Amino acid sequence: MSAPGAAPMITLDRVSSSYDGGRTLAVREVSLDVAAGELLVLLGESGCGKTTTLKLINRLVEPTEGGITVAGRNVLEHDPISLRRGIGYVIQGVGLFPHLSVRENVAIVPRLLKWPAADVRTRVEALLDMVGLPAAEFADRAPSALSGGQKQRIGVARALAARPEVMLMDEPFGALDPLTRDELQEHVRGLQRRLGLTVVLVTHDMTEALLLADRIAVMKDGVIVGCDTPGRLLNDSTNAYIRRLMRMPKRQADEVERIAGAAS
Amino acid sequence: MTDAWREQLALLPDYLGAHLQLTIVALAAGLLISVPSAIAVTRMRILRGPVLAVAGAIQTVPSLALLALMVPLLRTIGFLPAVIALTLYSMLPVIRNTVTGIEEVDGDLIEAARGLGMTPNQVLRLVQLPLAMPVIIAGVRTATVWVVGIATLSTPVGATSLGNYIFTGLQTQNHRAVLLGCLSAAALALALDGLIRGVEVASRSRRVGLAGAAAVVTLLIGLGVASMLIDRPPAAHGRRITIGAKTFSEQYILAKLIAMRLEDAGLDASTVESLGSTIVFDALATGRIDAYVDYSGTIWANHMQRRDMPAAGVVLNEMTEWLRGERGIICLGPLGFENAYALALPRETAARLGIGTIADLAAHAPELTMGGDYEFFGRPEWAALRDEYGLRFRDEVAMDSTLMYAAARAGEVDVIAAFSTDGRLAAYDLTVLDDPRGALPPYDAVLLLGRDVADDVRAALSPLIGAIDDNAMRQANRLVDVDGRPVSEAARYLLRIVEGAP
Repeated sequence: MSAPGAAPMITLDRVSSSYDGGRTLAVREVSLDVAAGELLVLLGESGCGKTTTLKLINRLVEPTEGGITVAGRNVLEHDPISLRRGIGYVIQGVGLFPHLSVRENVAIVPRLLKWPAADVRTRVEALLDMVGLPAAEFADRAPSALSGGQKQRIGVARALAARPEVMLMDEPFGALDPLTRDELQEHVRGLQRRLGLTVVLVTHDMTEALLLADRIAVMKDGVIVGCDTPGRLLNDSTNAYIRRLMRMPKRQADEVERIAGAAS
Repeated sequence: MTDAWREQLALLPDYLGAHLQLTIVALAAGLLISVPSAIAVTRMRILRGPVLAVAGAIQTVPSLALLALMVPLLRTIGFLPAVIALTLYSMLPVIRNTVTGIEEVDGDLIEAARGLGMTPNQVLRLVQLPLAMPVIIAGVRTATVWVVGIATLSTPVGATSLGNYIFTGLQTQNHRAVLLGCLSAAALALALDGLIRGVEVASRSRRVGLAGAAAVVTLLIGLGVASMLIDRPPAAHGRRITIGAKTFSEQYILAKLIAMRLEDAGLDASTVESLGSTIVFDALATGRIDAYVDYSGTIWANHMQRRDMPAAGVVLNEMTEWLRGERGIICLGPLGFENAYALALPRETAARLGIGTIADLAAHAPELTMGGDYEFFGRPEWAALRDEYGLRFRDEVAMDSTLMYAAARAGEVDVIAAFSTDGRLAAYDLTVLDDPRGALPPYDAVLLLGRDVADDVRAALSPLIGAIDDNAMRQANRLVDVDGRPVSEAARYLLRIVEGAP
């Protein structure tokens, strides 16, 4: 689904990063292009460097080597604060501020950007409608009065508040029950397509990656061991680790099919 | 009974107002220092150890000592040393709770805040401080209760507080005053604690923690500033004469007597009571107070550092010269009585052991326990006396001078270093021992004035010189210490003697 020819929205060019001054590398010579409007999944087990790679894009982690661009601009020459305000960010465990109402949580980035109050208000209400939680009912609730799925919808609304072109999502559906997760995955996929968002999403869930991604970058021990469309990764990969990784969802799918066949 | 209560209650607005002012100014200053220090600690981890260690170390200094230490450090008495010591005391709970509160904010929330594009200051202001606020407020409440309690110890450094009730009450055996002081301090602590809690709860229910904290701080600072403005002594006609008093009844009575003389002469006078004996001397030398009564032997031994023991007249003359030349203090003259340290013991013990003089006592000393006030065993007079007679007691016990006489009567100590004018010597049937070798210096009570006092003050006080003999002073002391009469009544008794004298 990558658009060859068009300039990529995000590029990582041989990026390495170390959290201890160079002795240990969290990611090593990672190169990656993400096209505009693409949903790229960073897939791997814990500690593989996928979250570090995500945080390199909005400079929550600094690279020790290599170059990173977002929308054609070198992020290292960009003020990290305004860079982050221009990129949507959804974290694991949602990260809604418990001392602020739903409305205040969603309004954070527009307020940081000093939008006029009336614009903030209109935007917040439009966003809440967009994520299916009408403002009239939900805007003045405290985050503690929301269900897990509702919280994550608000997390998405907050990330989209200032109309970013790029959204980074770190295990956004990890803590949700399967039905809610499925519903929300659909919802986010729909939003992403409708708004033409470029999304980088981190997960360790292979099924989720296969269902959501335009392309999947598989990471192991700080390097990208393969990056392709779900279909090609599933069927044509020559990499032993990827083949092993893909065996599980395949086997699960076969199993489900067998049970369904036996029942009918 | 009711009159006695009414007399004490009349002092309450003054004491409570001063106490509140000390507390609020110290807390506000403490917050202004502690919260930024704590924030600095959370930003620069390297500061954590040193800042918490310093705040913790301050806390381990006994509060009375910290207050007293401020006096020589700042070279002044009264509000300033008290408020600085209290400020230092308020810091630990606030710093510790602010650091803990900020550090305990969920790391994911900080990550989210940074990822959304907050600057470090915005993360602090919009996320860390509001979420840490309940813990910070808990620290402020702890500090408030501590400061209200410790502020009662401001009295000995010359700052009026509810401690005046307690210190004076303990010295003059006025249990009403002690009780009133304790109860009002407790009530004030509970009230301030409740107020802060109320503001916090109200602000939290609207989820504006930071605004709530700002409101508390503003309220405290506002009250502090307002109380300072209100409490400024009137700078109107003429200046107010301040009379100091040390920590025992005789001193309270004489300070009151001096104030009465000045007021009768149409002058404005106030007293500062329960000052430590070095503090009161320094306060006069630096002009913080204008007059007090001291004793020639104390000045001779403690301030002039003299070890020789000439005749009383010589001591008086040399002391007067020294005070004027070295310290700029005017010695108006002796009041006419002597309040010497004197060794005393129950009459029956003296008779049983056949002790009539300190020389007789030396032989029995190893079986006896000696009691003295807090200062006594550290004073040069004691060293001189001990060496002169070879006194070696089984034990030496320092205690409050008020309790010493009863302890001697009850046999809890055998010999005490009494004050010769104390009414309890006679009331408790204690025998005063002779000092045949003249090892104890003369302790003529002398009226000391600051160099700047005007002629009308001198004129009003001159009649006191030579007008109070040992017997008159002993009677006055007895009224307070034994009969439980108010200090003002004893002062009026002396005033009548002074005015009746030719």
